Amino acid sequence: MRTLDQTTDEILNLAAAHFKVPRAGLEASDDFFKKLGIDSLQALELLTRLENHFGVELPDYEVAGVSDFRTLATRIQARL
Amino acid sequence: MDEFKGKSLSWSVADGIVELALDRAPANEIGLAMLDDLERFAAALPELESKASALILYSKQSAGFSAGADLRELFALVQETDAGSAAKGVREFLERIHAVLNRLDMSTLTTIAAVHGVCFGGGFELALTCDLIVADKMARFCFPELRLGLIPGFGGIPRLKRDVGNGVVRDLLLTGRSINATKALAIGLASQVAAEGEALRVARATAAQVTKFDRATAAAAKRFIKPLPAEELRHEIDIFCNLFAQPTVMQGLRKFVEATGAHPYLP
Repeated sequence: MRTLDQTTDEILNLAAAHFKVPRAGLEASDDFFKKLGIDSLQALELLTRLENHFGVELPDYEVAGVSDFRTLATRIQARL
Repeated sequence: MDEFKGKSLSWSVADGIVELALDRAPANEIGLAMLDDLERFAAALPELESKASALILYSKQSAGFSAGADLRELFALVQETDAGSAAKGVREFLERIHAVLNRLDMSTLTTIAAVHGVCFGGGFELALTCDLIVADKMARFCFPELRLGLIPGFGGIPRLKRDVGNGVVRDLLLTGRSINATKALAIGLASQVAAEGEALRVARATAAQVTKFDRATAAAAKRFIKPLPAEELRHEIDIFCNLFAQPTVMQGLRKFVEATGAHPYLP
């Protein structure tokens, strides 16, 4: 079972790799819309990548109001 | 004609396979231009059906298969006209798109949608006319219409109900949530999941398999197993038009069209 820190770290790694931003520049508290410079379609793409990576189903209404990596990690953690 | 290139799509036929490529930026929104081209394709179908065994429907836009109805165009139409004319225009559009999608649905060809990225609303409804859906692992399916105070209007509910359980239909319709390819496969919506960027290749391999069979036999099998839910499709148009008259729809359209943030495609 992953810890919340491990889940957060995996999200940050995945986001950095896919959206081609330096991993060192990403923090758990960052607003991923701003930090990654993504729109809602790209946010859906991120959601799909996270679902595929963690093997979970994450309804988009659960993350609709979420914009920081840490809260996103808690939503995923609740489904693991 | 064996080849066509319009404003929103193109098609070609080779080796018994028709390929219809949606290609209208940013995400193949289905408005009047796309409808015009789809009608051209429907008109060409009898000739194509005499030359081919399979049809692949896919998108050349990186954002996905289709984000659905062109809500910006719809909002502009409603803004420019009085309520009566807008309602008439919406019903006419629905009658036309239903005619096209019903024709695609009933084609004698074995039809395959190769879906990547967003497959939302009207785009999802277009994919549902196909006999098989091959989903890229990054595909996402959704009926977001209730967010606008509407139901899907291009035949989506009757067609989805034909393919999967009523509970699944209620989940997608009443929550407005999107699902990924893995889920789509699990509920029987998609027949295959392809690796990222591989849906078209998988669809082509499937289409090549289809060409091996006797065409009349395949068409007879399709007619037997895939009836058109004609009565429900007609009923859907009436429900949609009744809902469209409600003020919540304009509020929802305005919210979507005027959104300046990053969230218009999120619930």
